[in-house]
Amino acid sequence: MRQVLYALVPTVALHVVFFGPGLLIQIVLGVVTALAAEAAALRLRGKPLPPFLLDGSAIITAVLLALCLPPLAPWWLVVSGVAFAILLAKHLFGGLGANPFNPAMVGYAVLLVSFPARLLQWLPPNVAGLEPASLSFVDTLTTIFTGMPPARFTWDAITSPTPLDALRTDLALGMTMGEAHTNAMFSAFGGKGWEWINLATLAGGGWLLALRIIRWQIPIAMLTALFICASIMSAADPGAYAGPLFHLTSGASMLGAFFIATDPVSAATSGRGKLIYGAGIGVLTYVIRTWGGYPDGVAFAVLIMNLAVPIIDRYTIPRIYGHAR
Amino acid sequence: MAKPGVRGGLRLDAHKERSTAQALRAASPVETLVLPLDQHAGAPAVPLVKQGERILRGQPIAEPGGAISSWLHSPTSGTVAAIEPRPAPHRLAAPSLSIVVANDGRDERYAESATPFDQLSPEQLREIIGRGGIVGLGGAVFPTAAKLSSALRGQDLRLLLNGAECEPYISCDDMLMRERARDVVFGARVLLHALTAQTCVIAIEDDTPQAAAALEAAIADAHDARIQLRRVASDYPAGGERQLITAVFDVEVPSGGLPVDVNTVCLNVGTAAAVAYWIRDAQPLTSRIVTVTGDGVLEQRNLDVPLGTPLAALIYDCGGYTSRMSRLIMGGSMMGQALPHDDLPVIKATNCVIAASALDLQPRAAEMPCIRCGNCAEACPAMLLPQQLHWYGIGRDLDALETYGLMDCIECGCCDYVCPSQIPLAELFRDMKPALTERLAARGSAAAARTRFDARTARLERIESERLAALAKKRQELAKKPS
Repeated sequence: MRQVLYALVPTVALHVVFFGPGLLIQIVLGVVTALAAEAAALRLRGKPLPPFLLDGSAIITAVLLALCLPPLAPWWLVVSGVAFAILLAKHLFGGLGANPFNPAMVGYAVLLVSFPARLLQWLPPNVAGLEPASLSFVDTLTTIFTGMPPARFTWDAITSPTPLDALRTDLALGMTMGEAHTNAMFSAFGGKGWEWINLATLAGGGWLLALRIIRWQIPIAMLTALFICASIMSAADPGAYAGPLFHLTSGASMLGAFFIATDPVSAATSGRGKLIYGAGIGVLTYVIRTWGGYPDGVAFAVLIMNLAVPIIDRYTIPRIYGHAR
Repeated sequence: MAKPGVRGGLRLDAHKERSTAQALRAASPVETLVLPLDQHAGAPAVPLVKQGERILRGQPIAEPGGAISSWLHSPTSGTVAAIEPRPAPHRLAAPSLSIVVANDGRDERYAESATPFDQLSPEQLREIIGRGGIVGLGGAVFPTAAKLSSALRGQDLRLLLNGAECEPYISCDDMLMRERARDVVFGARVLLHALTAQTCVIAIEDDTPQAAAALEAAIADAHDARIQLRRVASDYPAGGERQLITAVFDVEVPSGGLPVDVNTVCLNVGTAAAVAYWIRDAQPLTSRIVTVTGDGVLEQRNLDVPLGTPLAALIYDCGGYTSRMSRLIMGGSMMGQALPHDDLPVIKATNCVIAASALDLQPRAAEMPCIRCGNCAEACPAMLLPQQLHWYGIGRDLDALETYGLMDCIECGCCDYVCPSQIPLAELFRDMKPALTERLAARGSAAAARTRFDARTARLERIESERLAALAKKRQELAKKPS
């Protein structure tokens, strides 16, 4: 599992480049919470600490959840989300290997449903033309721990919606894609900053594939399904629907495909099952982004497909040696 | 995915060079030999000799105890010291009733004559093969005569001699083929006659060039066009019976079926050589080649060992244990079984003894929960989903275990080997099989009972309707009658 963390390094690095050091603080808070919650749960369940506490799974959950949160989100958001993920989504179901749902996504979904406004307070990327407020490391730290930006700033001055969120709002206001795209946060095919973060995640995911730590079926099926859905809709009405490249390089597309949906514990198990599972996540992500109530749909798409895993597994048992088809 | 093919498997370090560097030699004689009566599959053999009786080398000392059973012969001349339970080389070294032979060192031979096999009918030949005490030497020790007879239901039979010794450390078949290829080919010709089969494929792994060269020369010398050599990829478990049949003939043995269902009889090359010694040289199966290997023994090599030789004597013969010795294994590193001590005899199934150091066989790390990574499913040559079988196995869900093909597991251990959580999967599956077998058998008898009941109901209904029809007819006739 350590390699999964290494594979996230490029993503985290670019995230810090574009959105400042907030993510690093969120990761530290998340990992400390995860280890504390894991230790407490293991103690309560009478399990030995050494092999389980450092198996890396709790740390991955914390890092993935931290990556989904706005960099300036208040400390209690990541702490409660990670604690919920580890204690309820993981250990209540039997701990490592027994959780039917992806713990990080359960934690994120709980936060998104409970504190939607806080989760939409993203920052503008640090690129030419967007001029984000210059927050020092201390400013970032104070904002996270007090829940308020430094006195010289207001929330409105420093925050910005994500490209997915902005596009969604603009389209809902009746703008066309062309009009929405005049916003400086969009680049030729994605959102500034976000497209690079997604490419870095793609690179990390490719490395995991090359190491055979993850298998190709889920990421390829998910990204292909997302690509096809977006292609069909944008071809049908280019004015009203974003194109496939925008979808692939926005939000948590790559993170979802290579790092979240590929969690083996909560995913389908056979090769064919993984293809169905991944494609289901891709389609649902598109549907939720386009017609649902939240700007990004990866978390809910993963959770819904987690729910479908037992049925997918049942109907995709591979042919066994010596059996007719 | 419908095409049959060899799937899964592992490329393992073979660890064979260490025991093949030295030529085969006979093991040094020992004073006392212990011969368990149940060293073959099926019913235990029944002693033909009494305590104190003088016996000769090759003399039958026990006869088959059932339709599937085997003869047993004395590996040396001497006297029957005892017939009593002695620890046998199983995992728990449980005692088996054994004939204990005190060697008199004179090696006097029991008079038997060679069989001119091509002048015999296949039936006679099969019967004679049975009297040689020959069983499958690949490890399953199934009585060869019984296998040959049961194979007759197949048509256009083909013989497959398994020389694909895929399991790490074992090299007894490799050495046999290198040094005694002619005997293997002779045995093949006898077996072809006994089966009235027209083709024989000798299959070996592609990493045994010396054995391949020796066999090619022996086949050429025999001038027998029915016999051919085939090389298969040296991936474990290439020498698994089903995997080998698929690799060589491109068919799959049906689930629950036998190789004869695809018109194939599969025997180990060592078994073919044993057939040659018996038919050509009148020497029944009283010795076998054993690989003695592992860092825990001084001299790693192959020996021709009389059955009944204690493992301790065999190790002594190879220079004794080294200070690195940690565990004693009979068989290979994948499917072999750990033995509690070395005061156990070599039996017909003993292909290899590993005096393993901690480096040879690393002790398992602590078992962690399954995270469904699926490495096991990719390694499984039976194309099962071991992660699902594990899940349903710990939940004792027999329905699911049946659906997921527990009975198709060949217990090769590939899943264990690749499991990052160190779960002893093959062991769990082996332990779960009896419960499922029992249930399938119960369902079999339930199905038979249901068939009987349905037949009875149908019969009663038919009788009833015939009675009613007869009654109606009678009424009609009565009504027609003018009164």
